[in-house]
Amino acid sequence: MIALYLPGPSWAHRLPAAFKLGVLAAVSLLAVPFSGLAPMAGLVAAGLAVHAALGRQAWRRVALLRPLVPLLAILFGLHWWNGDPGLGASAVLRLIGMMLLANALTMTTRMDQMMDVIEPLLRPLGWLGLSPRAVALAVAMVIRFVPLLFGLWEALNEAHKARTGRRGGWRLLAPFCIQTLRLSHHTAEALAARGGTPKGARR
Amino acid sequence: MNDRSLVQVALYAAIFAVLGLLPKFDIPLAGGVPITAQSMGAMLAGVMLGPVRGAAAMLLLLLVVALGAPLLAGGRGGLAVFYGPSVGFIVGWVAAAFVAGAVMRALRTQPVFPAALLAAVLGGIVVLYAFGIAGLAMMTKLSVLDAAKASLIFLPGDTIKAVLVALVAQTVARGFPEALLSRAP
Repeated sequence: MIALYLPGPSWAHRLPAAFKLGVLAAVSLLAVPFSGLAPMAGLVAAGLAVHAALGRQAWRRVALLRPLVPLLAILFGLHWWNGDPGLGASAVLRLIGMMLLANALTMTTRMDQMMDVIEPLLRPLGWLGLSPRAVALAVAMVIRFVPLLFGLWEALNEAHKARTGRRGGWRLLAPFCIQTLRLSHHTAEALAARGGTPKGARR
Repeated sequence: MNDRSLVQVALYAAIFAVLGLLPKFDIPLAGGVPITAQSMGAMLAGVMLGPVRGAAAMLLLLLVVALGAPLLAGGRGGLAVFYGPSVGFIVGWVAAAFVAGAVMRALRTQPVFPAALLAAVLGGIVVLYAFGIAGLAMMTKLSVLDAAKASLIFLPGDTIKAVLVALVAQTVARGFPEALLSRAP
């Protein structure tokens, strides 16, 4: 799995995750009331500057926005159609700028650092009988399940190809759901055998 | 939430991610137009797991994505997707799965295919588009009507996906009835 995180000892990696999240939240709130072209262009410039300052690998990640170009073009076109290209340009620039800044945070913050920041926010779930440690376990399970399930899909696809010579596509969905449920039974049994879902609030 | 529910919630969050990693399906119904399977994941989670676990699976997926995992179609992820124009659709998956699950549960005595189709359409299209269009209008300063027009491009694909989800639910109900947890007593 390609990680969005870029390992590295940059200045941005050293900043505490909570601080970075706070700045991102503050900028996103400040960016909403403004709609002038100049502040929005400044936002995009800031996003690009952060990527440039983080080195060549980070700069290449700007290309992650490329799949959004058609959608952004349609949005701008709709604004133009309504006779307000200026508003369209500032809206598109705000989206690009905020996505760049958010991506800079994701590139420079490990998932476990993010989890540590989020954990206190999960504490109210305790009232529903769900410990933050159970949430952390569920996160780990998702990350582990993805390659496992992908392999399961590939196996079903191979079997289908061997029988028919064609790719399975959507026909594999039902067997896939049934197989994954079998897998979930095994995993739940293994989890129960190891003491079950964490109940306590602290690690 | 017991062990089994927790595993199922994590599993459907992962299924959602895997659907985004797969090559596009060629759907004969749509004249062979390739569609991404990912947005089927929210309908599938609701229809298969029921309202609470379905919505929990989508919340868990959003959490893992926000933490920085590239689990959305095309390897997208991280906080950037929450600042993109389609954030309404992304947040709407939670409500979509909940409503699809609730409809499935309410119609649990009805035949599977029509019940699942109605659940997928109400949750995965009506509710999802309400969130998605509101989000699009908010993020882009477009009027709600224009945002709705821009979202209509996805409607044919999503209609096909609702039919596929209903077909899958029916097949699963026949092959392994236990797997349709939204109908479990």
